[in-house]
Amino acid sequence: MDQVLFYAAAALALVSALVVIGQKNPIYSAFGLIVTLCSLSVIFGLLGSPFIAALQVIVYAGAIMVLFLFVLMLLNVRSEQDAPGRGGRTLGAIAVALVALLVAQAGAVLVRAEPGPAPAFDASTQRMAEILFSPQFLYVFEATSILILAALVGAIALAKKDF
Amino acid sequence: MDHPSFVHHAVLLSLALFGLGTLGVFLRRNVITVLMSIELMLNGANLAFVAFSRAAGTLDGQVLVFFVMVVAAAEAAVGLAIVIALHRHKDTLDIDAFNVMKG
Amino acid sequence: MFEDPVLNVLPFAVLLLPLGGFIVLALFGDWIKKDEEEQGACWLACATVVSAFALAVFTTVRLYGLASGAEGLRFSQPYLGFEWIAVGSFRVPINLLIDPLSSVMMLVVSGISAVIHVYSVGYMAHDEDKVRFFSYMNLFVFFMLLLVMGGSLPLLFVGWEGVGLCSYLLIGFWYRKDSASAAGLKAFVVNRIGDAGLILGMIFIFHAFGSLDLVDIADNAGALAPEALWQWGPVTIACLLLFLGAIGKSAQIPLHVWLPDAMEGPTPVSALIHAATMVTAGVYLVARLGPLFHQSETAMLVVAVTGAVTALMAGTIAIVQTDIKRVLAYSTVSQLGFMFLAAGMGAFGVAVFHLYTHAFFKALLFLGSGSVIHAMSGEQDMRRMGGLRKKVPWTYVTFLIGTLAIAGIPPLAGFFSKDEILLSALHNPTLFGIALFTALLTAAYMARLLFLTFFGEFRGGHDAEHHLHESPWSMLVPLVLLALGSIGAGFLKVPHVVQSVFRLPEPHLPHVAWLPAVATLTGVVGILIAWYLYLAMPELRGSLAQPLRPALRVFAAKYFFDHVYDGFVRHVVIGGSDRLLWKRVDEGVIDGAVNGAGSLTRAFAETLRPVQTGFVRHYVLLVLAGAVAVVYYLLASAERLAP
Repeated sequence: MDQVLFYAAAALALVSALVVIGQKNPIYSAFGLIVTLCSLSVIFGLLGSPFIAALQVIVYAGAIMVLFLFVLMLLNVRSEQDAPGRGGRTLGAIAVALVALLVAQAGAVLVRAEPGPAPAFDASTQRMAEILFSPQFLYVFEATSILILAALVGAIALAKKDF
Repeated sequence: MDHPSFVHHAVLLSLALFGLGTLGVFLRRNVITVLMSIELMLNGANLAFVAFSRAAGTLDGQVLVFFVMVVAAAEAAVGLAIVIALHRHKDTLDIDAFNVMKG
Repeated sequence: MFEDPVLNVLPFAVLLLPLGGFIVLALFGDWIKKDEEEQGACWLACATVVSAFALAVFTTVRLYGLASGAEGLRFSQPYLGFEWIAVGSFRVPINLLIDPLSSVMMLVVSGISAVIHVYSVGYMAHDEDKVRFFSYMNLFVFFMLLLVMGGSLPLLFVGWEGVGLCSYLLIGFWYRKDSASAAGLKAFVVNRIGDAGLILGMIFIFHAFGSLDLVDIADNAGALAPEALWQWGPVTIACLLLFLGAIGKSAQIPLHVWLPDAMEGPTPVSALIHAATMVTAGVYLVARLGPLFHQSETAMLVVAVTGAVTALMAGTIAIVQTDIKRVLAYSTVSQLGFMFLAAGMGAFGVAVFHLYTHAFFKALLFLGSGSVIHAMSGEQDMRRMGGLRKKVPWTYVTFLIGTLAIAGIPPLAGFFSKDEILLSALHNPTLFGIALFTALLTAAYMARLLFLTFFGEFRGGHDAEHHLHESPWSMLVPLVLLALGSIGAGFLKVPHVVQSVFRLPEPHLPHVAWLPAVATLTGVVGILIAWYLYLAMPELRGSLAQPLRPALRVFAAKYFFDHVYDGFVRHVVIGGSDRLLWKRVDEGVIDGAVNGAGSLTRAFAETLRPVQTGFVRHYVLLVLAGAVAVVYYLLASAERLAP
């Protein structure tokens, strides 16, 4: 059952990712991205990370994507021109080649790696909270709140009509 | 759920998502779609973190994913604000239109 | 350190009173000035210095009742939780040292200062900037007391630099006059040369003793190996460097050029700083480090010869000067040379003795000249004076006493100290001859000054004669006090009092019966020569001047020191800087390096510029390539590490 779910979710993620980059209308891209994010959330859950899975839906699929859609509506974006931009195909080919190189190397490592017994793993929300609020990460955690605040102020300042 | 090949396949999926995101950055001309492609790349990276965290049995990868999400949220907010400002100035979202800053 | 806390604080009180006066005047001077005659500020300044003198007397009397007094008493800083400098083994607490030498100096400085402060009230009565004047004077007294009471060389150095600063400020007091501010600058710059020597000397001393405390140096100097003539050991080098500082401050050849120009300052300043106290700091330094100098024959010889040559040259220059204050200035240089001669002969006590008597009669002479200048409404040229003895009788009488004292007529103060200097130089016939001849010159030029100013007919014109007036009582009382000092000071046997400071046996000077007679005779002959040339037979002067013309011209040109220095600065320093350092080194090397760095960066930037295309895609590819390279490297090394 888990395997079926995993591969179904993986396939869905790949297909919707293709939709994200293949569609000319950014609204469709955005919906495709939402599907990708949600299916990734399923995979996170299957990998034993309920906290990240929940965050993926709430923060990513919820907050961030709503922001994207909001901007798309606000700017009333039409579909873009047909051809990719200057040198897009060539550069894209080089980029894919580079990533393929990476995939090949990673595959080689993974194939050789013996799948050992899965270690005991507890990524419950309680454990996550204990780690995030431990002295090791507490200050980083607090720093992210300042980062968010700064981003908030920055976004307001940038998007204001007259500055 | 304990199937070890999950981890392998999740890593491969993450690479695939990262590659697709990269491709999107290169092929698309709409700034917002480019930003979404970047989100795709970030999710690929996140998936790799979660998979390795599962394989290693430690939670450090999970914590990193948490921070990546926070940064992604901030990046999206600022990035979209910049997009709005750019659109206001040039009345277009074509990424190739914004090439004034060249050497 | 004493059980009695009051006693421990007493020297600090002496020191800080003038500083307090300075601070009050500097901060609230304008407010005090509001009263009608502006006299409040003046009397405040006087009060601090007079009470400092009173406290100094009290301190000396109290401390010399104590049994251990003769060895010198160290006063540590009271009520301070920290030392001034504490760096590793280099420690400088704020310590004062009271021993016979610093007591004598402290009393001379505070006493003469008190008298001159009172005098200044009258002298500066018509100046609109009295508050500034008195605040500088108070600051000077503070630094001078710090110089003579400081228990370690760094503290002495603070005082040393402080008096230099005050000297600069007071020489240029009338800063609207170009010559005054130039003279201040000259004094400051020339003193810096000496001060560099002093600092280097301090470094050598610290290297040798591991301490800069004056008592430590005096106690341990005897343990150092004595260095023979022309043996360039560390002691000799340290002493010569310190002596460089001393000749800068005490205006000895070749750094004497600033003192005559310093006469641009107000006359009380000339009397206090440039005659009685500050310029004697060099003598004090040599005497204070006497035990050290005593270990080096070379240094002693250099000190003695410098002193003798300076005494002679300054004496000859003084003969041809026409400005009343410049005669006195060269006379000061000459007398300081006498002191160094005595110190170089090993008679440090005698040097201090002459310093002490000289302070009285030279301050008296300067204040007297100030009174004359006051009477003449600012005229300083002796050729326009004459016959003043009836117009300003008090000034005349006191000035006469000062002249007789400096000429060495018994039983006035100068006789005793000069007699002892001649006695200490007796075993070196050359230096003794120079000293005796200079004593003759001293009597002659001082008598010339006296005769030109107070005798004969008035030569200043009718208007000036009409304005002649005796000075107010605030100027005459100091004159009388100093005249009494000039009469009586010689009876205190200072060399005997201060001898313990030098950690040396009292030099056994032979009792030479004929010497006092010869010394007296020299003074009388000098005065008689001047009397013949300037009063009895003035026509003799012209016929005598004819064969002596070349010599007189050299004297009038002050041995060309200023010309040589001017030429050196103009051609070597400025010319060299202009042609070599500016045109070649600065424009060529330094500017070249700076411009080269700029054009190199520019060339790099031009090469790398095309990378910035303005297209996001290109940047992304570069970033991606970098990221792939890093991850690829990690994966590859992971593979290599795998078993």
